[in-house]
Amino acid sequence: MNPDAATIAAGAPIEVDLTPIAEGQDIKVFWRGKPIYISHRTKKQIEEAQNVQLSSLPDPQPDSARVKAGHDQWLVVIGICTHLGCIPIAHEGNYDGFFCPCHGSQYDSSGRIRQGPAPANLAVPPYTFVSDTKIQIG
Amino acid sequence: MSGPSDYQPSNPALKWIERRLPIFGLVHSSFVAYPTPRNLNYWWTFGAILSMMLALQILTGVILAMHYTPHADLAFKSVELIVRDVNYGWLLRNMHACGASMFFFAVYIHMFRGLYYGSYKEPREVLWILGVIIYLLMMATGFMGYVLPWGQMSFWGATVITNLFSAIPYFGESIVTLLWGGYSVGNPTLNRFFSLHYLLPFVIAGVVVLHVWALHVAGQNNPAGVEAKTEKDTVPFTPYATIKDMFGVSCFLLFFSWFIFYMPNYLGDADNYIPANPGVTPAHIVPEWYYLPFYAILRSIPNKLAGVVAMFSAIIILCFLPWLDSARTRSSKYRPLAKQFFWIFVVVCIGLGYLGSQPPEGIYVVAGRILTVCYFAYFLIVLPLLSYIETPRPVPNSIADDVLAKSKGKAATVASIMLALVVAGGVLLGGAQSAKAEEGGDKPPAQKWSFSGPFGTYDRGSLQRGLKVYKEVCAACHGLSYVAFRNLADPGGPGYSAAQASAFASDYKIKDGPNDQGEMFERPGRAADYFPSPFPNEQAARAANGGAAPPDLSLIAKARSYKRGFPMFLVDFFSQYQEQGPDYVDAILQGFEEKVPAGITIPEGSYYNKYFPGHAIKMPKPLSDGQVTFDDGSPATVAQYAHDVTTFLMWAAEPHMEARKRLGLQVFAFLIIFAGLMYFTKKKVWADAH
Repeated sequence: MNPDAATIAAGAPIEVDLTPIAEGQDIKVFWRGKPIYISHRTKKQIEEAQNVQLSSLPDPQPDSARVKAGHDQWLVVIGICTHLGCIPIAHEGNYDGFFCPCHGSQYDSSGRIRQGPAPANLAVPPYTFVSDTKIQIG
Repeated sequence: MSGPSDYQPSNPALKWIERRLPIFGLVHSSFVAYPTPRNLNYWWTFGAILSMMLALQILTGVILAMHYTPHADLAFKSVELIVRDVNYGWLLRNMHACGASMFFFAVYIHMFRGLYYGSYKEPREVLWILGVIIYLLMMATGFMGYVLPWGQMSFWGATVITNLFSAIPYFGESIVTLLWGGYSVGNPTLNRFFSLHYLLPFVIAGVVVLHVWALHVAGQNNPAGVEAKTEKDTVPFTPYATIKDMFGVSCFLLFFSWFIFYMPNYLGDADNYIPANPGVTPAHIVPEWYYLPFYAILRSIPNKLAGVVAMFSAIIILCFLPWLDSARTRSSKYRPLAKQFFWIFVVVCIGLGYLGSQPPEGIYVVAGRILTVCYFAYFLIVLPLLSYIETPRPVPNSIADDVLAKSKGKAATVASIMLALVVAGGVLLGGAQSAKAEEGGDKPPAQKWSFSGPFGTYDRGSLQRGLKVYKEVCAACHGLSYVAFRNLADPGGPGYSAAQASAFASDYKIKDGPNDQGEMFERPGRAADYFPSPFPNEQAARAANGGAAPPDLSLIAKARSYKRGFPMFLVDFFSQYQEQGPDYVDAILQGFEEKVPAGITIPEGSYYNKYFPGHAIKMPKPLSDGQVTFDDGSPATVAQYAHDVTTFLMWAAEPHMEARKRLGLQVFAFLIIFAGLMYFTKKKVWADAH
């Protein structure tokens, strides 16, 4: 009853071309049935993410631990709210990040929980940069 | 099942079979001659009611499975087509869906009865444990059955419940993958749940046979809690218990029919009329009402693993009940303290059920914790302690003495039981009313609808006007994909003739093909075609409407609701108020306001709507006065448009409502007469036994 070959094949790593995503935009891709947000962050968003006092965060994590070194403009997170599994909306809320419509959790431009009932930051899926404009998720 | 039978058939053919397979003797000794205590009350009829429910669920389920498609892309539609197109499909579906609730309702009464009268005590421990196993199997079956319609609540319920197993250390994740058959809930999950949902009822039936076997070996317990000693203590199963069970069953069927025919969606969740969407989560994920107490226990414990353990322990603990409660007196009738604690426990369970339906915030969490402690304390502290400190009242010497002692005050029993049934039903089942999309939206005003109440019918004129509004306004963005043109001529619909429906269809261009050249082509619509959707797919709909896809309207009147709250949901049970959906749709259509109240910010591209949750709706004000002209002289106002199109959409969501209510009336008339006959026959049969 484990996943069949087709399901496993469909769950293989996917490559996503980043070139069409303009600065300040983001896309949602599905990998293994989970929504994954890929955001092209603006300068302002990056600065906000980096200049936050870590001790003020409910789940302290520096921005550098959530993005790949040298690719600060790209944020890749699993779009499943850590509260009760809803799917947050990008570009909403007070922190230039994500807003969960279910119970009002707000995540910042690094996908870190800032306000609301969620206990943890949005998870970062395993991914690598294949080239400067292409990532492989999984 | 209670030893060799002395049954001697007189018919030679029966004799011939009996010598080779003594099956008639078995039936005779188990269900005819079987001695049953004389003092059983109506709470004991729930055994028969449960047997009937199991048979009914299997029967309706087998037929439903003939029409159902277990595929993630087709399941939701196939259920809708069962309801719309299969002969009496709506009846089968309502019976099966409400039947699950009734099954649990009856099993809870059956369990509480066992608890109250000490039916788990020596020598009935195995009987009791088999019952707990049946209950566990029922929960698994019920959960998997709820997933099959593949609505939003099905999908997200499956996600939440399967995720419970991820709390198990080390093996958790692989167990969850095993349940899913993939990396998330998806088509493989649906397929295996369907397979198991078909299998488990037969396993239940097998365990029920063991349950009945164990019952017939140990003999039935009874309200006095003393064993039958002499012949005077018992009456033969047939006709005494049979006729009493028949009366009990027909009363229960009346209660059941109330839901089937008049409030089929009362126990369900409006969100389950929205097809499953892995990309959107419902605001509140709530399980079916019969799991709510355990859901409340799960959520009241902050640690995930501990919560899961507590939830399962809450059920497993029942297996140990025969040893936790070591009091010699069985029946709580003679245990003054145990009796009080029993009722407190009932209230605790109902309280947990209510809390399970509420959002896990603030006071609800605290109350949930307190009640969870009470729940476990009843089994682990109260019952063991009572066994030592309580002084029970003297029990009667025999069942016969018990019957003689209370031969007066009989008439009140039936009435009080029926009343208790209805009230308990309302309270318990009322837990089904979950917290809905109420955040930040005003309560829609209740409207007057022609289709409300037990005799309500659709206003034909309103349906025809509503169709016009849909065609001229809504259809620009919203599909109506489950409604076919032929439905416009169906009885109970807008009242067009088949020719009118065909003519209506021919105005539409329908994409068909491929033709012999392999190309798709357009042709005029036929009566059998469905209303074409304005957009080829959801993405196109989303792109053309600022990111919010206009929902298909086929089921919108049932897929939208708002919280009625306590105590309104209890009142609704009696008043048959079912029109939350239409009230909401009507309110949304009229709820647009130019002036945004202070304190609310509406983002660019959204509009202020008084009744929309969160107030910011992507749909611009769709209706304005004079937009659509009616031929029948009805006022061309937004209020009239909204009312008519909502009536039309209610019909689109529930096309067989008139047939449902009509059949309901017939069934009620029959059942009331039948129950009356059973009652008087029962009185006659029992006349010499009391």
